[in-house]
Amino acid sequence: MATPLTMFEKIWSRHVVAEGPGGHVLLYIDRHLLHEGSTSAFGRLAKAGRRVRRPDLTFATADHYILTSPGVVTLVCGDSHTATHGAFGALAFGIGSTEVEHVMATQTLWQKKPKVMRITVEGRLAVGVTAKDVILAIIAKIGAGGGVGHAIEYAGSTIRAMSVDERLTVCNMSIEAGARAGMVAPDETTFAHLEGKPFAPKGDAWRRALADWKAVPSDSGAAFDREVELSASEIAPTVTWGTSPQDALPITGRVPDPAAVADGARRESMARALAYMGLTPGTPLSEIAVNRVFIGSCTNSRLDDLRAAARVVKGRRAVVPAWIVPGSGLVKRAAEAEGLDRVFVEAGFEWREAGCSMCVGMNGETAGEGERVASTSNRNFEGRQGKGARTHLVSPAMAAAAAVTGRLTDVRTLVG
Amino acid sequence: MQPFTKLTAAAAPIDLPNIDTDRIIPARFLRKPKEAPGYASFLFHDVRFNADGSEKPEFVLNQAPYRGAKILVTAENFGCGSSREMAVWVLDAYGVRSVIAPSLGDIFHQNCFKNGLLPVILPGEVVAGLRRQLHQRPGAAITVDLESQTVTAHDGALHRFEIDPFRKEILLSGRDEIALTLDFDARVRDFEARHAREMPWVAP
Ligand code: SF4
Repeated sequence: MATPLTMFEKIWSRHVVAEGPGGHVLLYIDRHLLHEGSTSAFGRLAKAGRRVRRPDLTFATADHYILTSPGVVTLVCGDSHTATHGAFGALAFGIGSTEVEHVMATQTLWQKKPKVMRITVEGRLAVGVTAKDVILAIIAKIGAGGGVGHAIEYAGSTIRAMSVDERLTVCNMSIEAGARAGMVAPDETTFAHLEGKPFAPKGDAWRRALADWKAVPSDSGAAFDREVELSASEIAPTVTWGTSPQDALPITGRVPDPAAVADGARRESMARALAYMGLTPGTPLSEIAVNRVFIGSCTNSRLDDLRAAARVVKGRRAVVPAWIVPGSGLVKRAAEAEGLDRVFVEAGFEWREAGCSMCVGMNGETAGEGERVASTSNRNFEGRQGKGARTHLVSPAMAAAAAVTGRLTDVRTLVG
Repeated sequence: MQPFTKLTAAAAPIDLPNIDTDRIIPARFLRKPKEAPGYASFLFHDVRFNADGSEKPEFVLNQAPYRGAKILVTAENFGCGSSREMAVWVLDAYGVRSVIAPSLGDIFHQNCFKNGLLPVILPGEVVAGLRRQLHQRPGAAITVDLESQTVTAHDGALHRFEIDPFRKEILLSGRDEIALTLDFDARVRDFEARHAREMPWVAP
């Protein structure tokens, strides 16, 4: 019998053009997404007198438009959150600007095969617990460097039960776990989502594609380099307290005490994070007052996210400035068609234009020095949302709860 | 690309783990061209300078023996986060040619190779030992030799590191990777023909 293979292995092996020395392969790229940050690569390409080899496989995207990209394909983009597309079962990863130029010129990349980690989450999530809480719990468990050198496959009944939007959230934050790629095996949920979408195959091609997608999930008995297991019942609404995505705890917890940590380097980095965040050890997380709320970013700005936030907001009022930034123009219009914008505006939220906005604090859309933000984005690094700004990463439902109470709040006390 | 062969230079220790690329170069500098005058001043900007532009004396690169270090010896997962290649450009602009770490952010790691910086991965205890020596003997030099794949510490101890032969060759020669790949054009064409047969639905 043939050796059982992982999904990663099946996709990888179908894209190897040539083998180089030392285990490097020349990997073929099926889809190359460009965004506004790719212009410098264009300039260098032109200067070297080279052309884009396959314009037909090169797509320009304006905002967080998700190319509803089918499984089995390889997809790259000069953005570290490209792994988001792994939610469809694609091998998708972020690349630097020189690599963007390489893909433009050759439609390939020299890649060393990563190791493969399977993260299995089993069971039903409690009310108020979402995909964002799952990925924050995963990162807290394996660490911000836990996935370095790996591609992650997310598996188990909890992931299977998720919508495509929720899977996109989980895969999006693979990079915050240190991994370059994260993926979910395509299944009926994926097929239903893809069918009829602009870039999905049609007719006979659809049937051929479906056969390929159905064959791609990892074989039973496939060997992974590392396996991690979590139980859904252990996952609560989660918030970060520090300046790394791994600094995450259930909302029912307290600000941790560095003095209780044995490892010196860890103690020092915790103390530094708490000083930056302006937090005192032992404070209940649910007593931390926030100055602002940001619901947006490529992690959590899709329709499901806005719906989840709107459910909490309905009939309540924001007591701190709160922004809703839909992920794309498409999402914005779909949300408006459902009347979500009115729910937010009536509750005193600002309904804004699609984009990255306060996730990265460019274009002046920043939080002020010392301001504390409950944010649905993916990075709570020092200065990420503005110089001296303090970020607490949360789910859209938790961000909505913080907006209406003015502090980090267990959303389960508002809905249930 | 500038080749990397062998370097003996002062090294600076960076002790905190998970230093992200936002900290290496804050977002507001990303639109500046790397040829811009003063580009090197963006390196670690917000932890290196006060609001009035004066230096923060506690930051390692502001301390005389470490100023202008060409080698950084860091903790785990240095360069994690955003894919911004400017994090490598700004290190390069400052004069850093090699980063020694127990682990590096994946994209940052790749970006180093593309710009002629040598990323060296050594076991955590070895790197912690190197950082300790740099604290005890500020400004001490380290030698990084790519040909023999060794790091020579200030105390004379020799540490061998692994590096991919493919990446090593490109760094040593400073070859243009795109030119190298274009030599594979016939293989890419064959692949494209086969791929179109086997997965005809892939092309949009
Ligand atoms: S939302 Fe944030 S993380 Fe996502 S692409 Fe924009 S800046 Fe990057």
